[in-house]
Amino acid sequence: MNTISLKVFQGIGRYGVLLALVALILFGWLRYENFLGAFNVLSVLRYNSMFALVALGMCFVIITGGIDLSVGSTAALGSVVAALLSPYGVVPGLLGGLAAGLAVGACNAFIVTRLNILPFIATLATMLAASGCALLLANNQSVSVSYETGFVELGQGDLLGFPIPAWIALIAFLLGSLVLNFTSFGRTVLAIGGNEDAARLMGLPAQRVKALVYLASGGLAGLAGVILAAQFGAGQPIEGVGWELFAIAAVVVGGTLLTGGVGSVGSTLAGVLLLGLIFNILNFENGLGWISLSAYWQSVIRGAFLLLVVAIQARLSMRTEEAA
Amino acid sequence: MSDTATTLPPAAQRAPRFGVRNILTRYGSWIALVLLILVNLAITPNFATWQTFNVNLTQVCAIVIVGVGMTLVIATGGIDLSVGALMAIAGAIAPLIFLGKLFPLPHPAIGIALAFVVPVLIAAALGWFNGWLVTRLSIQPIIATLVLFIAGRGIAQVFTNGNLQVFNLPSFQFIGLGRVFGIPFQAILMIVIVAAAAWMLRRTVFGRQILAIGGNERAARLSGIPVAFVKQRVYLISGLLSGIAGLIVIARNSAADANLVGLGMELDAIAAVAVGGTLLTGGRATVIGTLVGALIIQLVRYTLLANGVPDAAALVAKAAIIVLAVWLQRQSQR
Repeated sequence: MNTISLKVFQGIGRYGVLLALVALILFGWLRYENFLGAFNVLSVLRYNSMFALVALGMCFVIITGGIDLSVGSTAALGSVVAALLSPYGVVPGLLGGLAAGLAVGACNAFIVTRLNILPFIATLATMLAASGCALLLANNQSVSVSYETGFVELGQGDLLGFPIPAWIALIAFLLGSLVLNFTSFGRTVLAIGGNEDAARLMGLPAQRVKALVYLASGGLAGLAGVILAAQFGAGQPIEGVGWELFAIAAVVVGGTLLTGGVGSVGSTLAGVLLLGLIFNILNFENGLGWISLSAYWQSVIRGAFLLLVVAIQARLSMRTEEAA
Repeated sequence: MSDTATTLPPAAQRAPRFGVRNILTRYGSWIALVLLILVNLAITPNFATWQTFNVNLTQVCAIVIVGVGMTLVIATGGIDLSVGALMAIAGAIAPLIFLGKLFPLPHPAIGIALAFVVPVLIAAALGWFNGWLVTRLSIQPIIATLVLFIAGRGIAQVFTNGNLQVFNLPSFQFIGLGRVFGIPFQAILMIVIVAAAAWMLRRTVFGRQILAIGGNERAARLSGIPVAFVKQRVYLISGLLSGIAGLIVIARNSAADANLVGLGMELDAIAAVAVGGTLLTGGRATVIGTLVGALIIQLVRYTLLANGVPDAAALVAKAAIIVLAVWLQRQSQR
């Protein structure tokens, strides 16, 4: 693909997801009472902030042309560590979960960049290992967090009328967007995904940047785990199953190419909200009483949505390739 | 590995490179399997019994059958994440048929026959759909099969409303519980499938085409190989085998739970393929290696469990095995 068709493709990916999101919100606003009420909006944001953090890390990893399958069980591990440390206060819980995530991220970085193993298989292995560690630490059951130290505020509290987890996700996305668009690190990330060999030959620190990207993805997943523990009042060693694929779907729906080199942090956020709203709208629709779709329809609709998006993307890229 | 089918020219394939490292990388999985068996004979009580043999064999059957399909898909340079979801679909539909919930049955025997055929055909059709997405829409395999990974289990849950379907039907459950001369029928089925796939990969034009596509797709296309056709067939086979595995799992459990059947199977199958020595980038594959890989993973888990190590620690061990196996594989390519 030449640069012009890439730009066209990127533009459609970027604005397509925003258009779809706006359309979905309009649909909900017109159809349901209280859809845009403060309670619903804030609870959607609160719940989806965990997925947003995970998807942000995934977005960076995918832009480098890699993939991180370990994020779900890393979040589970982070939630267990945070819950175990929550009696000592907010900060130890937060840092503990973050450190657990960074540790898994460091393993990924080492296996991918030093042992030169495909990201897919490397992170598949650490996914199993992190899950095993979470189960071992938690003794195969969920670990309840301490309600005395205020740790749960990280998931359930508000600041200036806005949920704290949503603040965390918002700040992370702003930072992520700045890093990707305005720093040499961000440009190196894009360059690696575009053509890793060329990036290396140009003297860009490809291995170091890749290692940092996996580290960041692990850290963000750990942070998501902290929020998970705080929000549900327990560290959950078996939570997070399928989060990685949800995150990948959100990134892809946001128009980031899985082959790397192209991507946007903002549209990843839109992708997360889009997939999250599907569940929300399903609930409202059931509330109307016209139809009754079980929660199981959620995944069917999400899958159909993903199919629609990738099919459109595929058609567009075929057309741009023909035009080029 | 002697059964390794590759696209390398014969000269390069036969070029002998001696040394410990070479032997370790070529026969590593076999050596590991033999070592594991020896260690178990030494330390695990009651290891050399018929029962232990059967337990371990039945534990790997579903993984190996799915793994065979996965091996073929990976040999073309693809991946199939939807296998677990397809197992759930097949496992949800079969009881609906033989319990007569989908349509009235004229005769129970017809119900059982249909319960074998229809779910497997549906799984195969969905597998073909994966292949269609990959070839006609040029969607990357990981994303194309992600669609059914997400939607497939939901479809199975919608079909059954998420309910557990319990049944007791020996003639259907023969596929999971039956024995022939004391050997579990599912193990025989597994061996037949492995043998057929290994033969196909090595001896048939179709098998060579699979490897050629995985080795260099562009070259394969230019040399006149019907790439789209071969890929669609490969995903179809993967779906079909997932369907069979789904039937085995529900027959073994005497119950079908759409929430659990095949959960995480895609990862188990990929792990078995990787440990078995199939190149994850395609072009070199060994079906028997996948069998060995699955046996290694199962035996490590069994060894740890039988010696009082918690199951969670076995997960960490499994991760280490996967990394080690793939790392050794990389060393051999240098």
